[in-house]
Amino acid sequence: MAAGATPSQTVGPFFALGLCVRPRDELVDPGRADAIRLGGRVLDGAGDPVPDAMVEIWQADEDGGHRNGFGWGRCGTDADGRYEFVTVRPGGDGAPYATLLVFARGLLKPLMTRVYFPGEPANEADPLLSALTGAERAGLTADSAGGCYGFDIHLQGEQQTTFLAL
Amino acid sequence: MSPLAVGRVRDGAYGAVHPPYLHADYRSTRLRSPDRPLILLPEELHDPTGPVYGDGRLAESDADLTRQHDGEPVGERIIVSGTVRDRDGRPVPGSLIEIWQANAAGRYLHERDRHPAPLDPNFTGAGRVLTDADGRYRFVSIKPGAYPWRNHQNAWRPAHIHLSIFGRAFTERLVTQMYFPGDPLFPADPIFNSVRDPAARDRLISRLDWETTTAEWALGFRFDIVLGGSNSTPLEA
Repeated sequence: MAAGATPSQTVGPFFALGLCVRPRDELVDPGRADAIRLGGRVLDGAGDPVPDAMVEIWQADEDGGHRNGFGWGRCGTDADGRYEFVTVRPGGDGAPYATLLVFARGLLKPLMTRVYFPGEPANEADPLLSALTGAERAGLTADSAGGCYGFDIHLQGEQQTTFLAL
Repeated sequence: MSPLAVGRVRDGAYGAVHPPYLHADYRSTRLRSPDRPLILLPEELHDPTGPVYGDGRLAESDADLTRQHDGEPVGERIIVSGTVRDRDGRPVPGSLIEIWQANAAGRYLHERDRHPAPLDPNFTGAGRVLTDADGRYRFVSIKPGAYPWRNHQNAWRPAHIHLSIFGRAFTERLVTQMYFPGDPLFPADPIFNSVRDPAARDRLISRLDWETTTAEWALGFRFDIVLGGSNSTPLEA
């Protein structure tokens, strides 16, 4: 018989005490030739930055695999609501993407989304992207400038990020 | 390949294990809850993997919050233990649990905590523990105090310990709060009451456990954790 699950509760305002003591925002050495920066701002329904959020990332490595000890990161937002990971573009078959979970005071359970990479030919055939509307698709795709990928997370409103139900 | 159909759901229209994103009594949810539909990811697109911790880099003091400083912290010493399982009742071994909490006076060691209660030089309030081969965990701490917050006039949080659990898949990831039995602040706490199903809410409350209570030393509290309470799972009968 299935047991009753334990409900989620907010991380609250003081999570950094337990969760952000050890920096985990660099999945790879920033000096690596194929290192990329992936980040942006977390914004609330009024467009204000969320300075007490935490973003977690989970992704495949450059070969598309999940080799042990690679693929997870965590970054608390700063006073401007900004987070940033140093990582690599996931490899393998199909459209590369990273999964993000957002935690914050005021979030009673995490928000889940995916970040796809712009200009990636495989995006056309991705089963999730091709099932979405243009606006929803745009809400899952990073902006690109040089080696930096920008992905702002709008929690609410007109520009709300496309979130996946958990 | 024919295009996949994805469903869109409004939060709160399904499931009852987890709280909804918008719970207006908890003021901070008002501008931080999504108000557009959420995408229901079809089962075949779920990523079955998640980060695994088994590297044994944890120190013994990580699981004993009373032994991280030269002296002992003030407060009621407690032993918290339990088992982490999945929805099918299978133990989840090797899963990292991260813990953080206020001290006995209800104060967090955090720059944004403005509650004028004393910090304890012998208490940080953070710990980590891995579940063993049978999914069991155990840590030692002191009972946290209740503390005020600014949600509404005279708002006080019931005593609680924050727990973050990794689980096996990223979608099993759980951050929750463990409460203590019989707390008189329960009825007035919007965070506790954001869980609408009373049976699910009760699962957030630890129970006094004579088996782990150690004579002349510390009270034991048992808090079993079940992961994978997906909101998109149909309501339990």
